[in-house]
Amino acid sequence: MKAAVVVFPGSNCDRDLAVAFRAAGFDTAMVWHKETTLPDGIDVVGVPGGFSYGDYLRSGAIAARAPVCRAVADHAVRGGYVLGICNGFQVLTETGLLPGALMRNTGIKYICRTVPLVVGPADSPFTAQYEAGETIRIPIAHHDGNYTAAPDVLARIRDEGRVAFAYGDNPNGSAHDIAGVLSDNRRVLGMMPHPERAADPALGGTDGRRLFAGLAGEFAAA
Amino acid sequence: MKARVIVMLKSGVLDPQGEAIRHALGAMGFDRVEGVRQGKVIELDLAEDTTDPEIAEMCERLLANTVIESYRIERV
Repeated sequence: MKAAVVVFPGSNCDRDLAVAFRAAGFDTAMVWHKETTLPDGIDVVGVPGGFSYGDYLRSGAIAARAPVCRAVADHAVRGGYVLGICNGFQVLTETGLLPGALMRNTGIKYICRTVPLVVGPADSPFTAQYEAGETIRIPIAHHDGNYTAAPDVLARIRDEGRVAFAYGDNPNGSAHDIAGVLSDNRRVLGMMPHPERAADPALGGTDGRRLFAGLAGEFAAA
Repeated sequence: MKARVIVMLKSGVLDPQGEAIRHALGAMGFDRVEGVRQGKVIELDLAEDTTDPEIAEMCERLLANTVIESYRIERV
């Protein structure tokens, strides 16, 4: 059971994400953005939060064109699992692996606080250890978390049960309160909140732990 | 040769930064401002024989996120 965490210049949640993967039992490698391939046998790729390339042009835009992202896209196309958190979510939308885009928060401000999230359908590996409709508390820390997509895309995401997490009290203007979106095969998740920051009882809660445990369970069962 | 790419949020997409600028202008007493949209300008220094389709491809693949943004190319 192996995970890889991609590291861009400006990533700053990469080590926290690796700690969370390891705590869930994943053998975890760090992969520099200039790599053109992932290590052999990777099951899950984590795209971490931070400010890749200083958020130049658009958040995640330059990172999405980095050599390693081609390998991440190939991994996803082969049915591999990908978890993008915060800047990682922005990168996944910029690569086109997930629909939509993340715009500036409607209140303009950078928001850093723990927020309630309502868990969507529990039929994805990322949500398998939660109850559908359960409210959990996970920190957010972003400036560009305002999720948007064309109306038909939003309708499809909703109808297909691909909103993995929704804000209980929308902090940033996201359409349909969307905090996290799944790919159509439910193996790619992008989310603005930081589950890796809520995965240790010493550090502000453990509600994020079950996301990693659910993902690990996917491989234990196989 | 140079080209200038103007990237704007598509009409209909809420522009919170433009709104903030509009508010600030209003607070300064410029009460005739009815709307503000903020975009970006990217200037490209290009080889002489660069074609319009090449510049458009740069816009489509990197310079603009066409989910939310539109772009316009001006040759300078």
